[in-house]
Amino acid sequence: MITIVLIFIASIFFIGVLNKTRAIAGGRKGPGLTQHIKDILRLTNKQTLYSTTTSIIFKIAPSIYFSSIVMSLFFIPFGSYPPLLFFKGDFVFFAYTLALGKFFMIISALDTGSPFEGMGANREALYSMLVEPAFFILIASFAMFTDHSSFYDIYNHIHFTDNFSWVLGVMAAFILIQIAMVENGRLPVGDPKTHLELTMIHEVMILDNSGFDLAMILYGTSLKFVLYGTLICNFFLNSSMSLGEELLVFFLVQFLWAITAGLLESFRARERMKKNPQFIFSLMAISIVIFFGILIWQQKLG
Amino acid sequence: MDFLISLFFYSLLATPLLLLLPKNIKSYFNFSINLFLAIVSTCMVILSYQKNGSIDYFLTDLSIIGLVHLKIDELSSIFILVINFTVLTSSLFSIGYFKKRGSTGALSLHLFSFAILHAAMLLVCMVQDLLAFVVFWEIMSLCSFVQVIFDSEKPANIKAALNYLIQMHINVVLLIIAIVWLYNKTGMQNFEALHFYFSSKETSNFPLFLMFFLSFGMKAGFIPLHTWLPHADPAAPCPSAGLMSGAMIKLGIYGILRVLMYVESDLLEIGIFIYTISMLTGLYGIIQASIQKDLKKMLAYSSIENIGIIGMGIGLGVLGMAQHSQLITFMGFAGALMHIINHSLFKSLLFYTVGSVYIQTGTKKIDQLGGLIKKMPVTAVLFLIGSLAICGLPPFNGFISEFLIYSGMMGLLHADFSMDILELAALISLVLIGGISFFTFTKAFGIVFLGKARSQQALEAKEVTNFMHLPTIIIVLTMLSIGLAPDIFVKLISRTVFLYMPSEDTGIVIHQFDSISKVGVVSIIFIFLIATIYFIRTLKVKANKEAYGPTWGCGYIGDTEKMQYTGSSYTGNFSQLIKPIVEVKTDFKKYEETELFPVNRALKTESDDPIESKGIMGAIKKLSQFISIFARIQDGQTQHYILYAFLFFSIMLLLTVFNIIH
Repeated sequence: MITIVLIFIASIFFIGVLNKTRAIAGGRKGPGLTQHIKDILRLTNKQTLYSTTTSIIFKIAPSIYFSSIVMSLFFIPFGSYPPLLFFKGDFVFFAYTLALGKFFMIISALDTGSPFEGMGANREALYSMLVEPAFFILIASFAMFTDHSSFYDIYNHIHFTDNFSWVLGVMAAFILIQIAMVENGRLPVGDPKTHLELTMIHEVMILDNSGFDLAMILYGTSLKFVLYGTLICNFFLNSSMSLGEELLVFFLVQFLWAITAGLLESFRARERMKKNPQFIFSLMAISIVIFFGILIWQQKLG
Repeated sequence: MDFLISLFFYSLLATPLLLLLPKNIKSYFNFSINLFLAIVSTCMVILSYQKNGSIDYFLTDLSIIGLVHLKIDELSSIFILVINFTVLTSSLFSIGYFKKRGSTGALSLHLFSFAILHAAMLLVCMVQDLLAFVVFWEIMSLCSFVQVIFDSEKPANIKAALNYLIQMHINVVLLIIAIVWLYNKTGMQNFEALHFYFSSKETSNFPLFLMFFLSFGMKAGFIPLHTWLPHADPAAPCPSAGLMSGAMIKLGIYGILRVLMYVESDLLEIGIFIYTISMLTGLYGIIQASIQKDLKKMLAYSSIENIGIIGMGIGLGVLGMAQHSQLITFMGFAGALMHIINHSLFKSLLFYTVGSVYIQTGTKKIDQLGGLIKKMPVTAVLFLIGSLAICGLPPFNGFISEFLIYSGMMGLLHADFSMDILELAALISLVLIGGISFFTFTKAFGIVFLGKARSQQALEAKEVTNFMHLPTIIIVLTMLSIGLAPDIFVKLISRTVFLYMPSEDTGIVIHQFDSISKVGVVSIIFIFLIATIYFIRTLKVKANKEAYGPTWGCGYIGDTEKMQYTGSSYTGNFSQLIKPIVEVKTDFKKYEETELFPVNRALKTESDDPIESKGIMGAIKKLSQFISIFARIQDGQTQHYILYAFLFFSIMLLLTVFNIIH
């Protein structure tokens, strides 16, 4: 339960910090930290406009997308505090639930009959399909490392004892950061701040959404960022910490993650769309390196 | 049992009536025969369940084959139930499907062979004697051949059917070779002989298993022996295609599972073999499915993919047996068996809904459809549910079997290095299979049912009758019940899984039921969460008022349906990645520099199955080239023939003179 509360709190400021970082890096003053959430709140009270081409799919998709993200939060532990739900292999449910939400967003983009949204749908489907193996290999590596297969048990049995395991932890954090960027259609695969629809991924899918639906989608993105932040943060929490320390680590990690994402977005160029699969495959390659690293650590190899 | 068996065979006497009855009641009569056969065989299953799982019966009436041993055990039971369910939904759906289609003659033959096919499939699951097994296997192939050839006006269908007929006979030959091999070594010709063959220590188990696997794997659709499936399934009418993909190809899996029951040594090699070939099958199947433009062909390739997933479960189970791990064995076989059930449900559902689309629009080309959700809302929702389930997304049934297989994989990670590498490959394959089917089915649903109609037929489509929705809705309810209460179903199949485990180690299994039943609970919570959020959203949206307008065209207002993304453009960037596997051919005349006023051009792309076009057709070409050398002998000149006879006699004479032959 505590994870969900914390994630909701952190998600209020996350995009604010990210945008502020971008603004400062770009030499601007930038909007306030809560501007993003204010925009979302304003959207919830706005009129909803539908395209006449759309069907029921377009109306239910944002709700399913948002529920899938909330549902996936149920599996995320917070240090030694167990999540609401956990069972062996719950990470499979976690990944597939997120995929269900994405499935609906993709078909709702196709529902509008717009060529741009079709393009976004296609890219979203392709990139999230390609990035999935990286996530699964990463979790499987840690499942092998700890002999457990639920998020809670994995995090509770990770003990970074020597330098070698720290390297693995840093690599895992790197992978999770990149996966989060790809999942949210951010740089380097897509640029949400561009003015050209042809170069967008996530943003071009939701051109026709408005009002409460758009608010849910935008807030979902913040939640997703914080969700991956929490996955990273859990590597650094261990049972010897008090609650206060754990909270401190949590917010510190989320803050650093937001700044990292902001800096990445400021100083990185967007890849050509054609090159994106290669970039995503490289993530898979790094997670395979982690897998082999753990094999070496367990002295099964070499 | 006596009574049930005689009921079973006497009911077949009613099938010729199907040829004589008036056209409009044929389908109803066919359904009643199927229903009767299903009830009788289900009673047999219940009877065997009461008698601790297996029941024997010796059939003496079939004088040609001699004494036939029928046996219903835990393995047959599952397949009998899957066959019955799929046949019933299929024949129920075909009542509506054939109302306005087909000539009386074609329909008579079709339904007659359908009823026989049902009986043959049930008998294949029951017989223990291999000779009788081949007979029923052959009847099954012939009946399904008649199913494929229903639309015989189209030359492509005749070609597909002949292809099917030939390949199925190669399949029978392979099966007979395996049986003769077995008979030669043991002197017996029933499945029990496998026990004697495999338990003798001096012979390796792998070669004979491989022979059986080639034959059964061909029926199931493992690569590279799958090439009949993508032709036969699209040619068959949708109810039969649903039955063939949903149940008939599973009998290949039944054969493999039956043989595996007796295998004792070489488990590691067999496990690695099945596991690897299944990964390749799954990936190849779904990659081919993703670029198909024909809905039925796409579903046929996706069947190959699902056979791959089932095979991965089986391979995992065998590796578990080799590693002496109860947990992996249980998860692997339970995953495979659950996926057999699940696939029979969602694949038949998808074929029936595509059938509905086909009879209303007259096309099954993805790029010619669009916007059907407004014309055929129920069909669209049913197809959507089928797509979600086939992608393995919760809360539907597909997730359960994939979850079981993933859990088994996690168990195998704790073995040695070579297993870990295999596991890594399997994990990447299964995740990619899931991802690509996600890609494929978002495309299929999005392009066919959403957006604007791309052709006049799609624009004028109407919803099918409620009666035609009946079988599909029954399937969806079954799928949901598996998704929401998986522990009940896994418990039911666990009796079959125990056949592959040396001792019934319930401790481990009970521990697993815990996480499986949690999946069900979590799925229910998920549905409630979606419902709650949607409810809040509806209230909020109603309060803020709704409005309607055209789709945002990014400044462009000349909005036509031709601007929409098509199936081909959706797969465009992906087909760049998979170029070597799918061989997309583009037919387009390039613009010349001197061409000041270009004339109208057409762009045509098509994809190829390289295993078929390069592998099999290439081999056949080489073979026929080799054989054509001998064709020179037959040149039609009498003098030469006399010369051949003379040479033959001379050689014979010489050989006898020198005492080489006596």
